[in-house]
Amino acid sequence: MDALTLSVLQALVVGLGAPLLVGTLRTLKARLVGRRGPSPWQPFLDLRKLLGKTPVVSETTSWIFRATPYVLVGAMLVAALAAPVLTSRPPLAFAGIILLMSLFLLGTFFLALAGLDAGSAFGGMGSSREVAVAALAEPTVILAVFALALRANTTNLGGIVERVSAEPLLAVNPAHLLAFAAFFIVMLAETGRLPVDNPATHLELTMIHEAMVLEYSGRHLALVEWASAMKLLLFLTLLANLFFPWGVPADVEPPAMLLGLLALAGKLVLLAVALAALETAIAKLRLFRVPELLSGSFALAVLSVSAVFLLR
Amino acid sequence: MAALVYTLTALLGAAAAATGVAGMLGASWAVDVDWLVPLGGLALEMDALAGLFVALVGATAVPASLYAIGYTGRERRGCLAYLVFVAAMLAVPLAANVMTFALAWELMSLASYVLVLDGARAGREPAASAHAGWVYAVMTHAGLACLLAGMLLLTAWTGSARFADWTAAAPALGAGARSLAWALLALGFGAKAGGVPLHVWLPLAHPAAPSHVSALMSGVMIKLGVYGLLRASFVWLAPALPWWGATLLLVGAISAVAGVLYAIVDRDLKRLLAFSSIENVGIVLVGTGAALTFAATSMAGLALLALAAALYHVVNHAAFKSLLFMAAGGVLHGTGTRDMEALGGLIKRQPWTAACFLVGAVAIAGLPPLNGFVSEWLMFQALLQNVLLPQPSLNLVFALAIAGLALAAGLAVACFVKAFGITFLALPRSDAAAAAHEAPVTMRVAMVATAVACAALALGASSIVPALAVVAATLVPAPPPVTLGAWLTLEVSGEFASLSMPAVALALAGGILLPVLLLAVARVRPRPRRYETWACGRVLQTARMEYTATAFADPFTRVFDFFYRPVKRLDIDRHPESRFFVRRIRYENPTRFIVDEWLYRPVGRLLRAAARRVAVVQSGSPNLYLAYVLAALLLLLLVA
Repeated sequence: MDALTLSVLQALVVGLGAPLLVGTLRTLKARLVGRRGPSPWQPFLDLRKLLGKTPVVSETTSWIFRATPYVLVGAMLVAALAAPVLTSRPPLAFAGIILLMSLFLLGTFFLALAGLDAGSAFGGMGSSREVAVAALAEPTVILAVFALALRANTTNLGGIVERVSAEPLLAVNPAHLLAFAAFFIVMLAETGRLPVDNPATHLELTMIHEAMVLEYSGRHLALVEWASAMKLLLFLTLLANLFFPWGVPADVEPPAMLLGLLALAGKLVLLAVALAALETAIAKLRLFRVPELLSGSFALAVLSVSAVFLLR
Repeated sequence: MAALVYTLTALLGAAAAATGVAGMLGASWAVDVDWLVPLGGLALEMDALAGLFVALVGATAVPASLYAIGYTGRERRGCLAYLVFVAAMLAVPLAANVMTFALAWELMSLASYVLVLDGARAGREPAASAHAGWVYAVMTHAGLACLLAGMLLLTAWTGSARFADWTAAAPALGAGARSLAWALLALGFGAKAGGVPLHVWLPLAHPAAPSHVSALMSGVMIKLGVYGLLRASFVWLAPALPWWGATLLLVGAISAVAGVLYAIVDRDLKRLLAFSSIENVGIVLVGTGAALTFAATSMAGLALLALAAALYHVVNHAAFKSLLFMAAGGVLHGTGTRDMEALGGLIKRQPWTAACFLVGAVAIAGLPPLNGFVSEWLMFQALLQNVLLPQPSLNLVFALAIAGLALAAGLAVACFVKAFGITFLALPRSDAAAAAHEAPVTMRVAMVATAVACAALALGASSIVPALAVVAATLVPAPPPVTLGAWLTLEVSGEFASLSMPAVALALAGGILLPVLLLAVARVRPRPRRYETWACGRVLQTARMEYTATAFADPFTRVFDFFYRPVKRLDIDRHPESRFFVRRIRYENPTRFIVDEWLYRPVGRLLRAAARRVAVVQSGSPNLYLAYVLAALLLLLLVA
């Protein structure tokens, strides 16, 4: 299969899978608290509704505000091509964790600027908090994946997947466990889940992501929502495929990739159940306790990298 | 007249850039004029490393000089000092003996000192600016004293003041002697580079200078400190000892994190950029330290990779930091203030300046597809391979450096969201910002050219990195660490890592266009309606409702309060009739600089106390002074 077809396929899987994942999570959470909840396909309907509405753009804003949804979606689509989603040889096969995290940060950078652009205190507050969380979360993810990369002797994400699935003993290691713990905590923070941010809230003073995108409406909001769904999907995929790399084909032929898709779907459903159970069981942290959680995970990540050096 | 001098400087810069590139490619030459200068004569020598730095100074001076024409307007003061400053910076890398080096170095420092004072004179806070000039002078000369001590020691030990003779004689010197000389030289060059804790002059002097001079000071002058470190560590005093590199790794990591932490909380736009220069010098020092450590443990291939990454970041930082300082100068020129709490909304009045600042901000935050991302990526690839080193103690130093660099990269994003967002977006916070005017055409041309350079340095990584590796190979001979694959992919150390910037840029362009196309095909195009900011239904919007720079940085002040040690001052003036009516609230939350308080204050106190003791000797009576002369004469006669 040539690179272009694979790109289209992988972008489609991420782009269409993301709203479905968000919908599934919501359904699961509703069931866990005893509600029936909406269907898992609800986010698609929401997106369609938003696309049909007239966007309202504040007079205070500049071109940054209007360009941001497109930059955000663009960055997430490139990240979708760089991550080992369907196969360990994604279209941008050279990509490592630094490229992937920098693409997420590019999105965060513009979204935070857009939050400031409308000139409301809520937007500024959301931006300030979002970049504070991202600034602590990004180094943690990079370090956690470095711990894996050093064991696999390549920083290439697909390379890590192939090495670890070929030699499962690589995964049985304190460094691996520490890195997993660090990555999991940060995944919650980066994708705006409990206990860092509450994706269901609309109470301005407690929220991070929602405060930042408060001024978006219509198709702009649809793009922003779609992009954050893709970010969630990509983070969970990374967690699934880097730490449990079994069932990720190195082949780029249709039958192998179909198996890969099924394996990924299975892993994502398991992770979604875990996430839903976690979000039902715990409460949101006070905002200024969040940095403690994040610096704890940063310390875990530093330990995992040091463990690689010391336990050779 | 001033325009003529600036044009001349631009031409000088262009010529120097061409000469420097020729030197990088192998055209080495030497000039000796024995009679011109005492103690060894004037000696200049071009080699690949000197060529790189000459090219860097020259290439940065061209847009900066062009910018100066518009920025200074009719102001003539300072243009000659500027010319001398650029010429002296060009001479520093070429110097081939102690005398030539000391003259060029001191000329560079003095010219920039004059420019700092000059900028200070034009500024609004003369007292603070005079203090800036004073601290700059003291730190520069303390650094010079260390440099001269190290160089004179080497001259005494090797019996020659020519640098080439040191290289030949150094391996015969003992490890202790070489370490002493290295420590002295590293202190001197480190002070110029702005590594923590020798950075204190940088956030004072760089903002005070006129913006085109700030661009050169932050973009290239501090890099000459890095040049000196490279020259001393890899050429004069080679072979290196492992602790030299380990020291630089730790100093670099601390500088990177401390620099960006101070940058985040600063509200002066140019001082924020100066603090961010400390961060970037820290990144370069980490690369240099890694290269030294690898070289000292005979892993030449990795040393070459780390050195190439450090040089790449030197070049990249020169591009985006001079761009950012020029854009900040555009803000200062257009509004008359650098205080971010008085700015805002400038993107509408200064679209060009804003766009250029945005390019610089994305580049310095290390985001794709611009150049800061590529050099940070290369740096990480070099650092990670320390897993091949057998010593666990060195591995731990590397782990700390990697963690520091990763943390600094995350914080830099936050810092530049603040710098751009507060300065250029939303509503203007003062009348000056509301009445801002766009920069004149020469300034805009200079900024746009530098912004284009930032993009070119990223997309051309596949030709720039190998070229820098060739320069680095003159210091640590090794086979090229980077090979090229399909799609101009940079492949580092075989299969360890790879990156193709053209592919990333193309994918990003496609990714951004795709939703535009999809929405057009699906005919989703209700025209956006312009209306007031909603903000959950608030009725009135004024600039006072915006988030401020201080508020934006508040999460960081809380998280890192052990580092900032903020002092909180809350002063509420209540109405005498009822405490429920507040007339005025004054809130201050200044950060304290722990290096100043823990290191420089005690040293300053000690020096002052010692000076008071010594001052007893100075009574003002001529008779006593004559007695001193007599006593000194007798003492000399006795000794002789």
